[in-house]
Amino acid sequence: MYVSVKGGEKAINNAHSWLSEIRRGDVNIAELNIKQISEQLTLSVDRVMSEGSLYDKDLSALAIKQSRGDLIEAIFLMRAYRTTLPRIGSSKPIETSKMLCLRRISATFKDIPGKQKLGPTFDYTHRLLDFKLLADGEYEKAKIEKYDDKEIPHVLSFLNKEGLIQKEIPSDKTSKDITRNPINFPLTRSERLQSLSRGDEGFLLGLAYSTQRGYARNHAFVGELRTGYVEVQFEIPELGIEINIADVMFTECESVNQFKGSKKIPAQFTRGYGLVFGQLERKAISMALVDRSMRWKEFGEEYLGVAAQDEEFVISHCDNIQATGFLEHIKLPHYVDFQAELDLVRKIREEYKKNE
Amino acid sequence: MQNESRKQWLSSLATADENYLISLWDNLNMKIEYNWLREPEIGSVMVQGKVGATGDNFNVGEVTITRCSLNLDKKIQGHGYVQGRNKYKSKIAALCDALMQTEKKEIIKRNIIDKLIKYKNNKRNEILSKTEATKVDFFTLVRGEDK
Repeated sequence: MYVSVKGGEKAINNAHSWLSEIRRGDVNIAELNIKQISEQLTLSVDRVMSEGSLYDKDLSALAIKQSRGDLIEAIFLMRAYRTTLPRIGSSKPIETSKMLCLRRISATFKDIPGKQKLGPTFDYTHRLLDFKLLADGEYEKAKIEKYDDKEIPHVLSFLNKEGLIQKEIPSDKTSKDITRNPINFPLTRSERLQSLSRGDEGFLLGLAYSTQRGYARNHAFVGELRTGYVEVQFEIPELGIEINIADVMFTECESVNQFKGSKKIPAQFTRGYGLVFGQLERKAISMALVDRSMRWKEFGEEYLGVAAQDEEFVISHCDNIQATGFLEHIKLPHYVDFQAELDLVRKIREEYKKNE
Repeated sequence: MQNESRKQWLSSLATADENYLISLWDNLNMKIEYNWLREPEIGSVMVQGKVGATGDNFNVGEVTITRCSLNLDKKIQGHGYVQGRNKYKSKIAALCDALMQTEKKEIIKRNIIDKLIKYKNNKRNEILSKTEATKVDFFTLVRGEDK
């Protein structure tokens, strides 16, 4: 018999009132505003946009404020909002070679056209707490230097010219949108990349790390890492004119991995690709490594039975909203289900006693 | 070419800093009569990337876009497709797009479009000059055995 239970309405309302109060914190301390979050917690904002799969800084900052800084909760809010938006259309594919770079480095070549540019990075800092930030509002100003406004070519295009790396053949093939179509394995690489780009940073970091430690043999170099603004081009349906409809910050990582050759093709390096909204290079590198490890079949490599090679395992578990939805639902009332199990255990125990 | 210049001004309006565009427009204090063809609506555009920067397309994620369309008289239509969720920004963009097709073109160009272009160029220059200052200059140390 199924017994429905009602109640808890007052408890829920009062819990939410307290949530509202505790979110505000000590009222003697100034309240955070959205602009402070979007200007000063930029990397949190970027993460919420990337995994929320929606590029909008103000919304991201609002989600972070509303969620008391719980980024997965904030990502949940972004995803929920995203589903309410009518889709106006799809952009032209972005051209990351035309990126306005804040940062561009290569770990494989020292001297590259366009040079190595560090940008605003935590790299080479000492990771010591800076107590000055505790005290005053002082900060150092960025230095400036004269520049050449030239396009910065992709590092891997140089290897490409010599045929030393597997080519990404230019193509106009569009991909199925995994937010609009059910996922059917096996997936195309495009579908996997869409899923990875909105996947959980921590999960992908762990998987990428596992490939480095030997669970899937593919030693990776960072061929190139770049962060900057890219113009998004979109054709206005009424006019048929393509315009720069948005400027979006991306981080792109191209990994160079160990080679593959055959009787027909001499040995050449292979590659993995990462592309995410915002300045999220840990995520972009992780994505490139996991992308590469899932390409084993394409290169005729051995399946070692490890997590990072298994696209069904990776793609089914990298979405933190799906994961948290399923995980957290078990804390909601399951009284009836549990009652059934309790009855069953009692019955088994009774039978056990009888037979003793 | 009409299309090329329209592409230019629509792009400038779309990616303009919203507060800057609103202040430029409000300062002009123009009273324009118009009819809505489509009132401002917030939506999204799916951004596509390329596998390995040059291969097949793939969907990266969406960006918020607001759009509207209006006409000044029966002949002249303006379209306001802009980044973000600001309906007023979208309306200003549509009005500017329409006015750029009238004899008011010079006023809008001088007081809005040119300024937006300059603003964006300044931002671009600022980023480029800061990035340049973080350029790595390598130098090689002479090793002992080379002596």
